[in-house]
Amino acid sequence: MAQKGIREYDAKRMMSKALPHFSDGKIKFEASQVLIGPKTDLSKIAEDHPWLKTEKLVAKPDQLFGKRGKNNLLYVNKSWSEVKNWISERMNKTVTISQTTGETTGILNYFLVEKFVPHEEEYYIAITTHREYDTIHFSLKGGVNIEEVWDSVVTLDIPILKKIDEFDIAGFLPQELGGKKKIIAEFTKALYKMLVEYHFVYLELNPFTFVDGAPVALDAVAKVDDYASYQCAEYWGNLKFPNPFGLEKTPEEEKVDDLDDRTGASLKLTILNPDGRIWNLVAGGGASVIYADTVVDLGYTSELANYGEYSGNPSTELTYAYTKTILDLMTRKKDAQGRPKFLLIGGGIANFTDVAKTFTGIIQAIKEYKDKLKAANVNIYVRRGGPNYMEGLNNMKEVGIKLGIPIEVYGPETHMTKIVSMALDKKVGE
Amino acid sequence: MENYELFDKNTRAFIYGQQQRAAQRMLDFDYLCKREKPSVAGFITPTGDGYNKLFWGTKEIIIPRYVSLKDAIKAHPEVDVMVNFASERSCAETTMEALETENIRTIIMIAEGVPQRDVRKIAKLAKEKGKWIIGPATVGGLKPGCFKIGNAAGTIQNIRDTKLYRPGSVGFVSVSGGLSNEGYNIVSRNTDGIYEGYAVGGDVYPATTLLDHLLRYEQNPHIKMMVSLGEVGGKDEYQIVQAIKDKKITKPLVMWVTGTCAEMLPGGVQFGHAGAKADSKEDTAKAKNEALRQAGVIVPDSFEDYGDKIKMTYEKLKAEGKIKDFGEPSTPNVPMDYAQAVAEGLVRKPTNFISTICDETGEIHNYCGVPIDQVIKEKYGIGGTLGLLWFKKVLPQYARDFIELVIQIVADHGPAVSGAHNTIVTARAGKNLIESIISGIVTIGPRFGGAVNGAAKHFSWGMENNLEPRAFIDEMKKKNVRIQGIGHRIHSVDNPDERCEIMMNFAKEHFPKHPLLDYALAVQNVTTMKKNTLILNVDGTIGVLFVDLLKSLNYKDEEIKEMIDMGFFNAFFIIGRTMGFMGHYFDQKRLKTPLYRHPWDDILYDVPDKPEVVK
Repeated sequence: MAQKGIREYDAKRMMSKALPHFSDGKIKFEASQVLIGPKTDLSKIAEDHPWLKTEKLVAKPDQLFGKRGKNNLLYVNKSWSEVKNWISERMNKTVTISQTTGETTGILNYFLVEKFVPHEEEYYIAITTHREYDTIHFSLKGGVNIEEVWDSVVTLDIPILKKIDEFDIAGFLPQELGGKKKIIAEFTKALYKMLVEYHFVYLELNPFTFVDGAPVALDAVAKVDDYASYQCAEYWGNLKFPNPFGLEKTPEEEKVDDLDDRTGASLKLTILNPDGRIWNLVAGGGASVIYADTVVDLGYTSELANYGEYSGNPSTELTYAYTKTILDLMTRKKDAQGRPKFLLIGGGIANFTDVAKTFTGIIQAIKEYKDKLKAANVNIYVRRGGPNYMEGLNNMKEVGIKLGIPIEVYGPETHMTKIVSMALDKKVGE
Repeated sequence: MENYELFDKNTRAFIYGQQQRAAQRMLDFDYLCKREKPSVAGFITPTGDGYNKLFWGTKEIIIPRYVSLKDAIKAHPEVDVMVNFASERSCAETTMEALETENIRTIIMIAEGVPQRDVRKIAKLAKEKGKWIIGPATVGGLKPGCFKIGNAAGTIQNIRDTKLYRPGSVGFVSVSGGLSNEGYNIVSRNTDGIYEGYAVGGDVYPATTLLDHLLRYEQNPHIKMMVSLGEVGGKDEYQIVQAIKDKKITKPLVMWVTGTCAEMLPGGVQFGHAGAKADSKEDTAKAKNEALRQAGVIVPDSFEDYGDKIKMTYEKLKAEGKIKDFGEPSTPNVPMDYAQAVAEGLVRKPTNFISTICDETGEIHNYCGVPIDQVIKEKYGIGGTLGLLWFKKVLPQYARDFIELVIQIVADHGPAVSGAHNTIVTARAGKNLIESIISGIVTIGPRFGGAVNGAAKHFSWGMENNLEPRAFIDEMKKKNVRIQGIGHRIHSVDNPDERCEIMMNFAKEHFPKHPLLDYALAVQNVTTMKKNTLILNVDGTIGVLFVDLLKSLNYKDEEIKEMIDMGFFNAFFIIGRTMGFMGHYFDQKRLKTPLYRHPWDDILYDVPDKPEVVK
């Protein structure tokens, strides 16, 4: 889905390939690093990376979160045996980290181990992307929270239709760099060219330094545009997109991700509160947000069980599998106080999706779960329009009557989210 | 056409991609709007040119296909719109190509998943050239009475219900394509209808933003009020706030930004749209709605009263006399597509073909009701599969085995027999596989291979008429018919044909009954008394054993006769021997044998000096 964060390890891996290429060999960028995951054999990895045993090392989690120093998750200037112990003690442990946006709890399971690099200067460079231009940010005061020294940051906008070679990069950099100016300008250009060609949408090195005339990134944060994956397969190499820290997926969410990956259709599921009584089974990326909104806007946030959507004309088989996943989750247990649950099969007026056809899969799943739906006291509300919607709604209505499950159906004459208030007004409050 | 208009009732477009259904929907809309000419001038399909058939009302028309935009423009210089259905991989490139032309002014990018940087370049370039892009990741939109993009606004019934065939007073623009249709519905239920409506698409950087379209609507005197539907994520809505502050937008605007639930969800949840993700406080739906409200936009409390706020705003403009009533135009009938009518159970037609052996129209195709995966899993084999397709029965194991046995036995009989010879000669003449084996297969008949059918026929006739073997032979002789399936070049009673032995032994061991074999062997006893080699040969054995097999499977004599008459028995020979023909074909090709020419010394030339003259 468009902008995706990547691991520091992957960012540096790509830099080591791209920077020499985009600077005609003028910039060397060494990435002596290994990524340690939950399945890595710590006793064997040094065989492939002998420098681990001879160099002083730095270790840190590599899971898309920053402020690792402040969270005591940065282990600097240590030997391989020390690093191994440090990682083993933390692998698969749940920790709470504090970020500028607040606290997040998650499981540590990926660590980056690099060569420790003694250095003096610490610079800051970042490239951000915007609609009409990209912006290069540079500061002499790297290695700190950059917002605190924002005055020291100089910026240069590169309009989207321009090439960086048309700009005087050395002239833009602070005078204080003196003799280093030329090489940092080369480095900046190469980084920018990589950002463009590799379809990065964000890149920040805070800090980076120079050792023996070659840049060394002491930290890297990057996001790429995953829409470009087909263009960048070779550049990116074996790139996996990790989930944001603290967002471990449940098996059901992973199952839906898997269904989503398998086809051109879109299937999404985020479980918010498995004990919630309002479950959404909504067609369309836009409509699904509005249904969740409406539940929240009407004051029933605590009852909202999931966010999810299906769209892009999924096959009967897919809607069946997706519906089953949701019905399974919502009927696992009854409400503690015996109150009814609600399934909102919502959606706008489809442009070209055959409503009756997508409902076929949903109906199949409802039939299969009829006993569980009854046991969990589930009420179903349907609202949908588009090709063959009448037939779809009739089929839904009939299956409700036949199975003895309360199913109410509405078409385009009823406001799209009306079924939310119908369900909530009548029943949730009881 | 004014600069702020994208389309008028003469607008014509190219469709990039083989999108017949979308094009038909455009033409149905055109017809409903009583346009003079269809809005689709041509298709651009790089894989090949030609024509597509589409309906204009009840009449079928043809619309040309071109392999390149350049060719299409040459043929239709008046076209200034391209509806680009290219995949996300080629959408940017093809859009860029259209941008570079003089003619194309508006491009709609339908694909979802076009890389952001490509879209940003396209957006900027379009702006510099004064051109318009809608999308990517959108269904498009429409201008009632004038032009509809692809699948926008759904079915013709929906277009009728929401009066999208004639302009109203409202300019609508949303982010979501899926919701745009809902938006038109809400607007039509609460006002005099849509003047123009588009979805800019749910990407992070839609090539044109909500504001771009609102600014167009602002300039258009036909549009009296504007309705918009934004989304959490990005900062485009703040541009609208700024535009209102700068007095660039002065018309009443009813707007709602969806995604107010985002703050209740765990950080980082990505909604269904790529752009729908708040990265900062400013990006949240709440903050945006509040900012819009402060700027004077009419913002509902939730999506629930979106329609009410639209109605209120409309009624107020009407009360102020800014919107006048107009007469509703009449609309022609737009015929329903046959497929749609079938789906709704409104029409029926007799079929021209019947199939009772298989059905490929379901989720998985089946052989006589048995799904193909089950055929494999349950190891039906060649015999079992032929059982389903030829006999329409699940055959017992012995029958399957016997069929396979026969196929193996008849698979080849050397290069000299007529079928193999023909195949080889044809292969050597440089013809392809199918031509070569066809020339072999056409020799199969009563003299070559076809004796199977004949033997079955002859012996069955004898047994049915209770003729003693001797009497049977005499009867046949009297009729001057050679009994088929009797006689061999080499094999004899003392030197039996191993192939026949195998089949006979198999039948004796496994068939519940084999009366015709017994009858044929009794006949053989008589014939071999005359000459040692007049034995039941391979064809004969197969023929009589298939009759016995059918009898064992409880086929009635009548049915068996019918099967013989339709050449059923030869079929086993044909299927088996085709394997041999193919082998000979491949053999010749591998050996690169040259054209065969029959030697003169193998032909007796006995031509008269002069032909007889007929007077």
